[in-house]
Amino acid sequence: MYSFNYVRPSSVAEAVKALNGGNFLSGGMTLLPSLKMRLARPETLVDLAGIAELTGITIEGDRLCIGAMTRHSDVASSADIQRVLPALAELAGGIGDPLVRNRGTIGGSIANSDPSADYPAAAVALDATIVTDRREIPASSFFTGLFMTALQAGELVTRIKFPMIKRAAYAKFPSPASRYAMVGVMVVDTGKGVRVAVTGAGPCVFRQEAFEKALDQNFAPQAIDGIVVSADGLNQDLFGTPEYRANLISVMTRRAVAAVQARR
Amino acid sequence: MGIAVAMVVNGRNVTAEVDERTLLVEFLRRDLRLTGTHVGCDTSQCGACVVHVDGRAIKSCTMLAVQASGSAVTTIEGLGSGTQLHAVQEAFRNCHGLQCGYCTPGMIMTAVELLKRNPNPSEHQIREGLEGNICRCTGYHNIVKAIASAAKVLQATAAA
Repeated sequence: MYSFNYVRPSSVAEAVKALNGGNFLSGGMTLLPSLKMRLARPETLVDLAGIAELTGITIEGDRLCIGAMTRHSDVASSADIQRVLPALAELAGGIGDPLVRNRGTIGGSIANSDPSADYPAAAVALDATIVTDRREIPASSFFTGLFMTALQAGELVTRIKFPMIKRAAYAKFPSPASRYAMVGVMVVDTGKGVRVAVTGAGPCVFRQEAFEKALDQNFAPQAIDGIVVSADGLNQDLFGTPEYRANLISVMTRRAVAAVQARR
Repeated sequence: MGIAVAMVVNGRNVTAEVDERTLLVEFLRRDLRLTGTHVGCDTSQCGACVVHVDGRAIKSCTMLAVQASGSAVTTIEGLGSGTQLHAVQEAFRNCHGLQCGYCTPGMIMTAVELLKRNPNPSEHQIREGLEGNICRCTGYHNIVKAIASAAKVLQATAAA
């Protein structure tokens, strides 16, 4: 690990001011391993753990608001989230392993835009709003590519606002080693249309519009039978070919639709 | 030159100056000589380094010592009383829940938190709870049995 300045401010304003071209440190589940491998060399690490305004799970009007520093284990075990948006609690409870869930945060996961992270699928399928220190960004325009987001330099995610929709489910095929999604699919029946978001398969999360149209007509697993998913541009790695991932998109979508149906 | 840290480790107040890059596991093993916490992979995967920070089981190879400043840390050395083993340690011994023993401190620290969150876990829930801990001897079967056995003992103790 290269040397860095470490600061632990107590407010968002101080954190943004202290950054100075460095990195924000939230749960550190991606950043610390990157530093250990010398893949990153920030001059300053701004630890967000001391900022009370970045924590908390609240319901404000028709929105569920989750502070950026909320740990995955707290989302998974929150009675409020289990009640108003059970799919999100289930998704959080399947991230990594229990030890990772005790450190990793929703804000860190969203800001990192890892191609295999779980939260981006929920953010896009639920049409969440990403709140930062300076503006609100719709999830639909937030994830722009491999580890790329719409965040400007020095912009800090402060919380995520979700609509409260019971008819939603996430199905993932985890890598047996890392528990990252080989493919994960979030299906949401908003009442005004179905939204399907896919993670793990491409450079970043994306919607599967052909499935959405078919599910709008008939919300059932078999509704997507016969729709061919193109393998073009999908991820290729040690664990699977693009064709394998294309097939998994259909399989995980059917499972998620069945899980939504089972919720009634 | 270093950064001042202050934390409570196994009930004892500890202060030190550390390099900002010092990992929590390095601080525990090298500075405090608490070598019961092991380093297996050093890449956040194996769970040999699990300790509790403010009651949560975490991988101490993936946390800086400076991040733990102000917190309460419990390591495997802090579980029992010195003369008496913790119920989970006792169960690992009774059920032969270890072979080479390298993963054992992390397994036990993970198991203690698992049983705190879920006092009566199913076998499936125990296996899920151990997803972040790897046993290179592949001795999982007896580890799972040990945790199920400890759950019974702890519940009986709680009811008494």
